[in-house]
Amino acid sequence: MSQEIAIIGAGMHPWGKWGRNFVEYGVHAARAALADAGISWREVGFVSGGATIRNGYPGQVAGATFAQALGWQGAEVNTSYAACASGSQALAAARSKILSGACEVALVVGADTTPKGFLAPASGYRPDDPDWVRFYLGITNPTYFALYARRRMDLYGDTEDDFGLVKVKNSQHGLTNPYARYRKAFSLDDVRASAMVADPLRLLNVCATSDGGAALIVCSLDYAKRLGKADAVKVAAVSTVTPTFASAVVEMPDIATDSAAADGIEAIRYRETIPRKAYEEAGIGPEDVSVAEVYDLSSALELDWYEDLGLCARGDAASLIREGATTLGGRLPVNPSGGLACFGEAVPAQAIAQVCELTWQLRGQAGDRQVAGAQVGITANQGLFGHGSSVIVKR
Amino acid sequence: MSEAKDHSQEIAPAIEGWYTLDREQPHLVGARCDDCGTYYFPKTVSFCRNPDCDSEQFAETLLSRTGTIWSYTDASYAPPAPFPAQDPFEPFAIAAVELAKEKMIVMGQVATGIGPSQLHIGDPVELILEPHERTEGDLRWVWKWRPCATEAAS
Repeated sequence: MSQEIAIIGAGMHPWGKWGRNFVEYGVHAARAALADAGISWREVGFVSGGATIRNGYPGQVAGATFAQALGWQGAEVNTSYAACASGSQALAAARSKILSGACEVALVVGADTTPKGFLAPASGYRPDDPDWVRFYLGITNPTYFALYARRRMDLYGDTEDDFGLVKVKNSQHGLTNPYARYRKAFSLDDVRASAMVADPLRLLNVCATSDGGAALIVCSLDYAKRLGKADAVKVAAVSTVTPTFASAVVEMPDIATDSAAADGIEAIRYRETIPRKAYEEAGIGPEDVSVAEVYDLSSALELDWYEDLGLCARGDAASLIREGATTLGGRLPVNPSGGLACFGEAVPAQAIAQVCELTWQLRGQAGDRQVAGAQVGITANQGLFGHGSSVIVKR
Repeated sequence: MSEAKDHSQEIAPAIEGWYTLDREQPHLVGARCDDCGTYYFPKTVSFCRNPDCDSEQFAETLLSRTGTIWSYTDASYAPPAPFPAQDPFEPFAIAAVELAKEKMIVMGQVATGIGPSQLHIGDPVELILEPHERTEGDLRWVWKWRPCATEAAS
């Protein structure tokens, strides 16, 4: 039995910062995905929502919230919370439902409204909460990205300009993407001139938080065939693996790693285990990938992903950006959408937006940012609480 | 001998119980699993997180007070609350330090006055205490990492 499902619809609400109700963005994206699929809302048997914990009760029951907003029609609902991987977890739930035969067509949708400024923990003196502790010590999100970036510099010889080149590339890619929030071409000089936030990362090296919404219509291969869409883009793998003890890398929000002192325990880098399972599930390897959408929370982190995805050997990522291999027109474009550099992060929507972009790329509908002849795409992200995901789509 | 009081002077911690208050040779206070030997910091742990171990017994233990730098950065801007930022804000360095015996990495601020340009991955560092904030008249101290004094003479 095939483990694949088809993506017959993709839709997004543009990313920005308006502070409107997240439901508005999600419904807009869902209707765009339904229109793209050419089916009516009443056909959908399962609504799989990515939760947004910042939007109160309606955000925590996102599946039901979107189903009601679109008009109750009896569909079953589910809500997934998995931090940055919430959208992929929602896709995984829809895939299981479809592959088990419990439904034929599902809507996967996520949307967020983010507050202005720093994301900060709840107030009070709360040393039992690791998130409180790290902020109390002055350790913010960019601190972690900077620690990873510094290791690249000291161990592999990467330079600040290498990180700048990633920003320059992504800003070029996203320039004409109608869904991107930031559509401005930045030069290396712009990056160099921006303020240092967490040495060696500058303001233009780290991503913002955004409002946005993204949705997919997925279905069984049979259903796609009956619709006349047998050649639809397929989901070949969804990996949402958790870390394996012991962590080798300090991860938000913790101030210490696990200890690998016990017999039989080694320190393991979580990030590289996430795509590994996706490759196994899809039965392909990094050499088969034609385009990737990765989580550039910082521009240096994009380089880590090249290595974690196996696109090059550990330590060699900077040569890919210097050669232009990951730029549109290069041999393996990364973040043709413009990535988080152009979008900013809308947590429960972002992993779905990555799949929307790859769907358009594989259909040849990506316009100015089209990767020529794209056949296989992979996404990757990692977030808080042991959540991360990687999705592989193919023609 | 009222002078003797200085030596054993009590200082207040920013986070109670996380480190010894010995101003000369402070240690982070961790826990160690009685069965498998996995270390924990902070020490609050009820169940061993080693997937092959089902122990619920831990002994409080002092962690190594020296280690090597795994990576480092700084806070160029004042972090948001609850960080007690001084006005004017002085940027400070942050290090993630590998402890060899414990096979773990522990983060902390770097000693006042030492910036990222003075740090390198692999450098040896030791644990010290420095004031973190003043609350209700008490100066509250926190652990920091300081490069080992190989150039103490200069």
